[in-house]
Amino acid sequence: MTNLKFLTATAEPALLDLPWQLPLEDWPEDRIAALPKGISRHTVRFVKLDDHVIAIKETLFDLAKREYEMLRELEKLEVPCVEPFAIVSNRETENGEELPAVLITRHLKYSLPYRAMWSQGIKEQTAKRLVDALALLLVRLHLIGFFWGDVSLSNTLFRRDAGAFAAYLVDAETGQLYESRLSNGQRANDLEIARVNIAGELMDLVASGKAQDVDPVAISQRIVDKYNTLWAELTEVQSFSGEERFRIAQRVRRLNELGFDIEEMRMESVAGGAELKIQPKVVDAGHHQRRLIRLTGLDVEENQARRLLNQIDEFALRVDGAQDEEMIAHQWLSQVFEPVVNAVPRKLRGKLENAELFHEVLDHQWRLANEQKRDIELLEAVQSYVDEVLVNRRDESAYLGTTTEMITLPNPIPSGEVVVDEEDGDWRDFV
Amino acid sequence: MASVKFDNSTRVYPGGTTPAVDQLDLEIADGEFLVLVGPSGCGKSTSLRMLAGLEEVNDGAIYIGDRDVTDVAPKDRDIAMVFQNYALYPHMSVAENMGFALKIAGVAKEERAERVLEAAKLLDLEDYLSRKPKALSGGQRQRVAMGRAIVRKPQVFLMDEPLSNLDAKLRVQTRTQIASLQKRLGVTTVYVTHDQVEAMTMGDRVAVLKDGLLQQVASPRELYDRPANVFVAGFIGSPAMNLMQLPIVEGGVQFGDVVLPVGRDVLDKASGPKVTVGIRPEKFEVSEHGLPATIDLVEELGSDGFLYGRSQMEGADVNLIIRTDPHDHPLAGDQIHLRSTAEEVHIFDTESGERLN
Ligand SMILES: Nc1ncnc2c1ncn2[C@@H]1O[C@H](COP(=O)(O)OP(=O)(O)OP(=O)(O)O)[C@@H](O)[C@H]1O
Ligand SMILES: Nc1ncnc2c1ncn2[C@@H]1O[C@H](COP(=O)(O)OP(=O)(O)OP(=O)(O)O)[C@@H](O)[C@H]1O
Ligand SMILES: [Mg+2]
Ligand SMILES: [Mg+2]
Repeated sequence: MTNLKFLTATAEPALLDLPWQLPLEDWPEDRIAALPKGISRHTVRFVKLDDHVIAIKETLFDLAKREYEMLRELEKLEVPCVEPFAIVSNRETENGEELPAVLITRHLKYSLPYRAMWSQGIKEQTAKRLVDALALLLVRLHLIGFFWGDVSLSNTLFRRDAGAFAAYLVDAETGQLYESRLSNGQRANDLEIARVNIAGELMDLVASGKAQDVDPVAISQRIVDKYNTLWAELTEVQSFSGEERFRIAQRVRRLNELGFDIEEMRMESVAGGAELKIQPKVVDAGHHQRRLIRLTGLDVEENQARRLLNQIDEFALRVDGAQDEEMIAHQWLSQVFEPVVNAVPRKLRGKLENAELFHEVLDHQWRLANEQKRDIELLEAVQSYVDEVLVNRRDESAYLGTTTEMITLPNPIPSGEVVVDEEDGDWRDFV
Repeated sequence: MASVKFDNSTRVYPGGTTPAVDQLDLEIADGEFLVLVGPSGCGKSTSLRMLAGLEEVNDGAIYIGDRDVTDVAPKDRDIAMVFQNYALYPHMSVAENMGFALKIAGVAKEERAERVLEAAKLLDLEDYLSRKPKALSGGQRQRVAMGRAIVRKPQVFLMDEPLSNLDAKLRVQTRTQIASLQKRLGVTTVYVTHDQVEAMTMGDRVAVLKDGLLQQVASPRELYDRPANVFVAGFIGSPAMNLMQLPIVEGGVQFGDVVLPVGRDVLDKASGPKVTVGIRPEKFEVSEHGLPATIDLVEELGSDGFLYGRSQMEGADVNLIIRTDPHDHPLAGDQIHLRSTAEEVHIFDTESGERLN
């Protein structure tokens, strides 16, 4: 027996009881949480640990350490990514054979890999929204000086976000943080990698028969367009005549609407004030998230926050206008938001995040009102939503669906298996 | 295919005081396998990224073939970064996995098939084209991933420490594979590593960098036999060359109780009363006379043996490594004398470090 080595920020004793002397592939099924995942070259499996789920990836110690540290850096910089949990090294089988080190991250609650979306028969529209979310994530990463090097749908996790998706980085193995800004070449390279990977991933989905009506090439091009538009909005120099100062406020508002706050703006007056030039220098994502947290303490995704803030604004119109924002937000929380959440039976509550549930109830209310051509009270909508929709939904806090395939490349850890089976058809039909 | 030229290319990072790459002048011939090597931070990755278009060039230019690509976007440079994390798609055939990027690029079906077949032949994957990746061995999967880069027919392959993720055994295997594949493809390749053994076994020529400055570019043989300065002398070769500062005397340099003959014309170029003498571990011989040394440790490695010793030179200990017969050698604690068996030892200027002979 050698000494297992654990490197962890939150020392959880349960970690010690896992069967580290077995290759991850051979762990007993009762330990494993069969959650869907993206394509990967390493062996990655999910494991229940006390009340949560962790993702375990077998890899070389140096790579595990690098990725662990990178994820911690990214966490500090407040970009959405999975949370590093531990590294376990010095593993050995009972016969004294060396086993690879593992990197452990916390399973991101309510997240879905893109491949799981298709088991529900999802369409072109979903593919577009996924790509939009990834474009935003990539912009945020580039803004903090992170070159990803392996941008793909597989290396991203998605959470529902009030009709859209919020993207989280899951694989930081190839990433590089630069103190200086990224060069245009580095950004372009990441985008090109993203475009090719997304096309490949979607072609694979089409080949699997899970997605018929998506056009991989068109959708993969979308990330380039989305990214470039967003990047320009966030970084471009804008010049206008000195008379048009309102344009400054306009730019700020536009960025707010996109979900960004401006922390620092460069302003220059040219030709004795006849012309003004502005350029955002430091921008910070999470405009609506921050405002919602300040007002209510609710920590939700950006679009969810946008939607809830709209609700609070509407609520304010209905109550006494003389009160300040915080007071109104608190009233809204206790009179509207919490009653809706509490109206859901406890056993169904974990199926969706509260904010997403609230968003779906609002949509449901709107649908009911349209169908029945009358006003529907929110609490009535909740009842109907629970009975008609929620009971039939799968649990998404840790969705137990079909596990998706994994292809393991011998990089960095060789797999010995050689299975050769015959496939029909002429390969020429497949290129 | 094409040649590559760094023309006085310089990169200064924002906030940096000295250039990360300083006026790099380097021509790489069409089809050549060039390795950039040097210690951490010497600027090898920066050089490669400049060629890839990932790093701005502050001064000078970069050419691929006759084309000045200094300001060309990475994807328009016709280069391929090999061994990035290529994924294999489980529902697509090997052929599709290799060719899908061409499909995105709008290459016609017939040409796609042709290029995939050509690459598959090179990679010994011809019989597997209609299979799914699941039905392949680990090595075959790796080759499919390489195929993805090959079908694009880039002018230049770029590789930045592609083997760093592999364990030692697989690294040696893959090293050979890459080198032989490159020979068959004949595509100009620029390869970055910090490992001089890797550099010496793979490169047609090796460029040694230090502090952003090109020290020497030459064939592995030439680098080993005629290092241009003390840095290259110490960096190339394992175990490293022994370097000693010895006084110039009549007829050569003083080497213990003997005189190591060095031509007057060489010694005349020295800027001080001493020169730095370099002797490889295999060019030492235990003898009656010569440099006195004490053996601290003996290492027997089957076909080779090494003596680790030290010699007093002007009151200071200088460490020495001597290759020896693994069965017949002095023991730890022995006092010996060393002689050089080299026809010509390496002589460097003690101040500038430049080679004098
Ligand atoms: N913390 C986590 N929460 C949820 N899912 C996760 C987590 N960690 C990994 N996964 C899933 O496992 C998959 C593989 O993980 P990862 O991308 O890190 O592996 P990899 O072998 O390094 O991949 P690659 O081949 O891209 O290098 C991901 O696509 C994701 O679906
Ligand atoms: N983005 C950057 N911003 C600022 N300085 C950088 C940046 N990238 C590299 N440097 C600096 O430039 C010098 C050369 O770095 P480079 O990465 O090219 O070296 P290297 O030879 O590849 O080293 P290694 O083997 O450690 O990768 C180093 O001093 C490094 O700290
Ligand atoms: Mg991955
Ligand atoms: Mg990875």
